[in-house]
Amino acid sequence: MSFEYVLEMNHITKHYGESTVLNEVTLRVRPGEIHALLGENGAGKSTLMNILFGMPVIHATGGFKGEVKVAGEVTHIHSPQAAMALGIGMVHQEFMLIPGFSITENIKLNREISKPNLVSRILGHELESLDHASMARDARAALDSVGVDIPEDTLVRTLPVGYMQFVEIAREIDKTGVKLLVFDEPTAVLTESEADQLISVMKSIAARGISIIFITHRLNEVMKAADTVTVLRDGKLVGSKPISQTNLTDMAGMMIGRGEEGIVTAPSREHALSGKVALKVRDLFVEMPGEAVRGLDLDVMEGEIIGIGGLAGQGKVGLPNGVMGLYPATGNVELFGEELPLNNPTAALAKGISMVSEDRRGVGLLLEESIEDNIAFNAIQVKKEFLTNVGVFKIRSGRSIRAHAREMIRNLDIRCTSPTQATGTLSGGNQQKVCIARALTMNPRFLFVSEPTRGIDIGAKSLVLDTLLRLNREQGLTIVMVSSELMELRSICDRIVIVAEGKVANILRPDSPDADFGLAMSGIKAQEEQTV
Amino acid sequence: MAERVVKRKDLREAARENLREYIVTYVFLALSVLFVVVSGRPLNDIFSQIVGRLSRNLFIVLALIIPIIAGMGINFAITIGAMAAQVGLMLVINWELEGITGLLAAAGITLPLAAFFGFLIGSLLNKMKGQETIGSLILGYFANGAYQLLFLFIFGNIIPLSDKVTIVGASGVANTLNMMGGGLYMAIDKIWSLPFTTALYGVSAVIVLASLALYFLKKISLKRLLALAVPAVFLSLVVLLVPPVYQVVKGTSVPMVTFLLVGVLCVFNVIIMRTRLGQKFRAVGQSRTVANAAGINVNRVRVIAIMISTVLAGWGQIIFIQNLGTLQTYAAHEMVGLYAGAAILVGGASLNRATNTQAVVGTLLFHILFTVSQDAGKNLFGNANIGEFFRVFIAYGVIAVALVMHTWRSNAIRKKNSLQA
Repeated sequence: MSFEYVLEMNHITKHYGESTVLNEVTLRVRPGEIHALLGENGAGKSTLMNILFGMPVIHATGGFKGEVKVAGEVTHIHSPQAAMALGIGMVHQEFMLIPGFSITENIKLNREISKPNLVSRILGHELESLDHASMARDARAALDSVGVDIPEDTLVRTLPVGYMQFVEIAREIDKTGVKLLVFDEPTAVLTESEADQLISVMKSIAARGISIIFITHRLNEVMKAADTVTVLRDGKLVGSKPISQTNLTDMAGMMIGRGEEGIVTAPSREHALSGKVALKVRDLFVEMPGEAVRGLDLDVMEGEIIGIGGLAGQGKVGLPNGVMGLYPATGNVELFGEELPLNNPTAALAKGISMVSEDRRGVGLLLEESIEDNIAFNAIQVKKEFLTNVGVFKIRSGRSIRAHAREMIRNLDIRCTSPTQATGTLSGGNQQKVCIARALTMNPRFLFVSEPTRGIDIGAKSLVLDTLLRLNREQGLTIVMVSSELMELRSICDRIVIVAEGKVANILRPDSPDADFGLAMSGIKAQEEQTV
Repeated sequence: MAERVVKRKDLREAARENLREYIVTYVFLALSVLFVVVSGRPLNDIFSQIVGRLSRNLFIVLALIIPIIAGMGINFAITIGAMAAQVGLMLVINWELEGITGLLAAAGITLPLAAFFGFLIGSLLNKMKGQETIGSLILGYFANGAYQLLFLFIFGNIIPLSDKVTIVGASGVANTLNMMGGGLYMAIDKIWSLPFTTALYGVSAVIVLASLALYFLKKISLKRLLALAVPAVFLSLVVLLVPPVYQVVKGTSVPMVTFLLVGVLCVFNVIIMRTRLGQKFRAVGQSRTVANAAGINVNRVRVIAIMISTVLAGWGQIIFIQNLGTLQTYAAHEMVGLYAGAAILVGGASLNRATNTQAVVGTLLFHILFTVSQDAGKNLFGNANIGEFFRVFIAYGVIAVALVMHTWRSNAIRKKNSLQA
């Protein structure tokens, strides 16, 4: 090979209107290496990748400055098709798979192997018949190379979510002449064991000489998988170095650039808790698709932050949704000694429970409404606050809503242009803060927070966690936090409940050994009772 | 124990799912049986009517399948394909072309016209993704205006026509064009027509022999062989050995070539899905985003689907009109889209899923109701008009139900997806 780098993006600068989203950024990827691309949301990673793939949005906004070299030669990539032709492939964060197609059909989509027939000789290539046997053979080979042993004629719809990622990878590998694969947050939807398998697959792909750009938020995966790491911050290149010359704190520092504290740590406290039960759950069943709860018992103490962890699909998200009445549930739930009716969200809100939903964009926010309306919405509907009397009518009091919204924006550091900005235009982290603000506006006695840090960057994560911690310590708010990220739970929770198969597998302390967490997640209670 | 409970629950769930999916079809089946009984018409009369109606309507209904699979809903704009065919037929009558030559010429004129209109329709529908069904319906109404302008003013005044087709003493094309004289009437149907019994035995024999041959050549499995051969043999035996059934079917003759054309279209609908193009139809129909990411030109695929559908509908309209024998210049196309759409929905198709079987079953049920509803109305309410109202009512009603169910279902799916994500 006569080139040192399979991809060079030199001095890339890109403006969107007034704002500079990329400023003199350089990314160089060697053949066969796993190159991690790190950066907070908005650091410019996606724009850089959009340039690499020649996405229409780049050309529509005036192109970019700088040069792109593929395999040592200066190239101009004008369309995603051109990028594909150069051997650059993408494994998407949201699956680009057709659910009603088999794995084979998905792998070979638009690259079908076909045989000429009578009609196609006259009317052309498009009407050639598909050669299912050869397609299946290729698909099998591609699946084998990523270590997936599911039959290739399985419908994608019936696959577990974790496997879809591997089908995506198999598809990219199957493309002939692929030199470089971009993995965009591939582990975001995977469980920890699936993520480990993914990393080993990435390594075996790299060993075959295919380079990988690995975009992720998870620093420990970078340490495990990558050879080189490039860090972007605010559209600028912070640094690029071999993984052997860096470590977790170093990378976190480069990424956030706000000193060394990347993760929040709560000072451990030896159960300065009242000992009164805030929420008593007995025999709870929740019919939530993909997150069913099957007979869960739990006591939450007043004044504690309790974490709910576990693998995806085991029912940890079903707990808050069931108690809040968002999904059909049966069982007995008592809140501060009073019985809580199930399947009745209004009653749950009225009794002083608030919830920050994991489905920010779907359930949590009215995306087209303003920040202030989103914050005030539940309080207006349920508690009849922010209303003024005009004769026999009650109308919303714009002034008090505005004042309250400003206070929340200041307290929670919501980055926005004004309280009237539509929430749909905010970044993920700021949307999450609006959700928290709305939950707090209800003056809750009890707060459910479901996946509060999903899809938001580290900086925003620590702010969200800090906020939760402060609410708990300063206002004595009892918090149940559901999260897929064990590290987060361990950093601020007093106790951590691991849910497996819809039941409580174990209740652990934040400093319990890793092995106990691992066992609990697979549904096994550790030998010595670690129950607190 | 728990497992068995779950299993039984699954089974019940599956049955309920089937009922939900085909509720419209079941309701229509029940109504058909009821109406046939109430109408008091002799069964052999109904049967021969139905065979005739199937022969002239099936082709158009089958033309709807490809756009549905390509995710564009029901292409009500097939009305425009029918208009193209009527331009062809009108010219053929004008030129005094006769018999099958005339129909082939009409089909030849329809092809480029309908393809061009299909291109325009497809391009417009690409601008209104997600609203294709309504869009194509309105487009059909709009085109009706343009059609009237063309036939009332442009033809005759700007494009000269003979007085065979124009209104005597005025401009424009006449209201009714008679096709009896030129030998266009039933030109396809008349090529080869057999009594129903002979046709059934013959087709059954062909099916049995062909499937046996394929089985011994190891092209199909034993299961497939039985699935093909057993019903064919069974039906033949029923007709042969059960006298009442024989009495019902014996007087009916079957236009073989017309049904052959329908059969060819069915095979075409299946075969095209096994080509590269068909794979693109299916991919685009299931997810435009994914298809686009795979480098498929989504808009182009959608335009092709509409073009094929429009041309096929045009040819279907030629089959329809040659069977009727007169061309109602300003009315023949009006209900084409509506009735075809209603028929395929009655068969259990939805806005994103349709098969040949659903098209055939739907057309059958829809036209049974059509045939007997007047008599049933008269016997039930003492008023034939009630039956007539009912015909229109079911056509619109079934489409409205399908649209509502589609929205419900896609909302449910969206909700499910957003939960999984």
